[in-house]
Amino acid sequence: MANMNNTAKEPLIRIGKRNELTAKNAMFLRLAAFGLALVAGGVFILAVGHNPISVYWTIIRGSFRSEMAIQATIKYMIPLLITSLGITLAFRMRFWNIGAEGQVIMGAIFASYFALFFDGLPHVLLIILMIIAGIIGGGIWGLIPAFFKVRYNTNETLFTLMLNYIALYIIVFLRDGPWADPESGGFPKIARFSKNAQLDKIFGVQAGWIIGIILVVLVFIYMRYSKHGYEINVVGESKATARYAGMNVRKIVLRTMFISGGICGITGMVSATGSDMTLATAVAGGVGFTAIIVAWLARLNPFTILLVSFLFSVLEKGSTVIQSEFGLSTDSSEVLQGIILFFVLGCEFFVRYRFIRRKKGGTD
Amino acid sequence: MEMVIKFIAAAVISGTPLLYGTVGEILNEKSGHLNLGVEGMMSMGAVSGFMVGYYSDSFLLSLIAAFLGGAVGAAIYAVLTVTFMADQNVTGLTLTIFGIGLGNFLGLYYLGLSESGTLKLPEKITGQMRSINIEGLSNLPVVGKLLFSYNPFVYLGIVIAIVLWWYLKKTKTGLSLRAIGENPSAADAAGIRVTKLKYINIILGGGICGIGGVYCAMIINNGVWISNSVGGFGWIAVALVIFAAWSPVRAIFGSFVFGAFNILRYYVPSVGIPEAFYDMLPFLVTALVLIVTSIRQSKENSQPAGCGINYFREDR
Repeated sequence: MANMNNTAKEPLIRIGKRNELTAKNAMFLRLAAFGLALVAGGVFILAVGHNPISVYWTIIRGSFRSEMAIQATIKYMIPLLITSLGITLAFRMRFWNIGAEGQVIMGAIFASYFALFFDGLPHVLLIILMIIAGIIGGGIWGLIPAFFKVRYNTNETLFTLMLNYIALYIIVFLRDGPWADPESGGFPKIARFSKNAQLDKIFGVQAGWIIGIILVVLVFIYMRYSKHGYEINVVGESKATARYAGMNVRKIVLRTMFISGGICGITGMVSATGSDMTLATAVAGGVGFTAIIVAWLARLNPFTILLVSFLFSVLEKGSTVIQSEFGLSTDSSEVLQGIILFFVLGCEFFVRYRFIRRKKGGTD
Repeated sequence: MEMVIKFIAAAVISGTPLLYGTVGEILNEKSGHLNLGVEGMMSMGAVSGFMVGYYSDSFLLSLIAAFLGGAVGAAIYAVLTVTFMADQNVTGLTLTIFGIGLGNFLGLYYLGLSESGTLKLPEKITGQMRSINIEGLSNLPVVGKLLFSYNPFVYLGIVIAIVLWWYLKKTKTGLSLRAIGENPSAADAAGIRVTKLKYINIILGGGICGIGGVYCAMIINNGVWISNSVGGFGWIAVALVIFAAWSPVRAIFGSFVFGAFNILRYYVPSVGIPEAFYDMLPFLVTALVLIVTSIRQSKENSQPAGCGINYFREDR
């Protein structure tokens, strides 16, 4: 570097703040980042010896080629959509809830309890009970880190993360012991839910998609028009401001994390009773992490979350097709998701800042 | 007694990948960056180290490749968070998803190329990573097994941890780095080159994580490639940083303790404790450690104050 010895001189390139971009320009920038991400992903596909355009085309065609394919794509979208909505509430509050995975699992466990042991109840009552159980299960799992956060300022990022694994091994424990299926012939699994305890299908896809869409609207209204939503935003901006305005920050954090975890718990309920028809250890299967990416890409806006989670489910469904057609493993969808978010994260910089070149002849 | 020695030796073997991950993450956090991408960087190190080892037959090249694999992951993270000031939590998580995905993807890709349908490291490498045997020392009773019976990774990890402790505590650059982690604008005002030091240390830390990754692939998984090769070690490492109170030397002790949790089930008499409990134990203990450390907050043993906040020069 030229200015190594002369610290007084201005660096060749420095970073400066820029005036807020217009919403249109910012959106254009993000689309450009998305495009660049596809190019980078294309280079990666090229490097493993395939034609990027035909791979991309296969992803899109594979997700829409038949009624069944579209149904499968929607099925991928359901958990992603609902979980992202749950995470959004916590993230708006700047509470780094990366424990969605565990909250999904706990919701599934609580709901499964009714599916396994109360399957004689009337169907509608049972479904409602299971949804409530899912909310409570996920909610409790969100409440625990929130409690320690407000009480002792325990780092929520790591704490929620540990709760993910603890929840996972609770399923393993139930599967190997108390809830083991006696008819599985020694194979560790939990019994399949009876027909009465399975979530209904609507247009060939489990009803979770309706729940998801209802939640999009509810979360939007809650965040935009309710007093609670306003409080969440203020706490997210600054806890000190919230306190100064007379808000009970502890109560807000606890309440919001219960709701956030509860929504994630609904994911667990619909995945177990709608897709798996049993309580499987993979009931969350990484959705808690992918949902964070979705929520972030959508800038925590419920309607954009709907769009982004659909896009991601196209990627997920498409990756199963490129596995069968190109022999590339489905992990490619995680790689592509990662690349897309890397580029979008990078582009956010250009929304707020710009590089300034040193002017000729010294400082400006 | 025999059993206790065997237990301790097994704990050390099982805790070593945690040591690499923890020490790498300490370097990241000391430069003010909470990098949640440890699992991803380890996974990238695992796949690059394993594949280079598989095709080159060279232990050394494999180590270098593992370091570079982790370093590349860290470099992506550094560009995004240091220069582009992207959110550290989200960037780190993305790095983890990307790294695990990339590791699994490339692993299956090379698996597809192999004729036998499995990938197993050649004998030439597995031979070198077997336990060392120092004439006269390794055969000593008790001490031989406890101190002189491990694979080279274990010793390398301990050396790295001690060197880093010395670097952070005793050198001028280390002092500068700690200053950056605590208060980057003060460090900048004192003439420390914040950006440069951040880059160097984040990338170095990522490289160390990468070596931990290849350890998982080579030793924990017995030199056979499997998907999700790192299997959660990276996440435990992130938490272990807290247990170790940001000290590389305490990380040595901490990772061996957590290694012991991993293998505990094989050494305690089965008294009807469910298997799942042992799997849960490391995470449960970490959660408890998090709570306990947050209850008795000491300034000395806490996260660098600037951790998680990106530094923008003109915001001063």
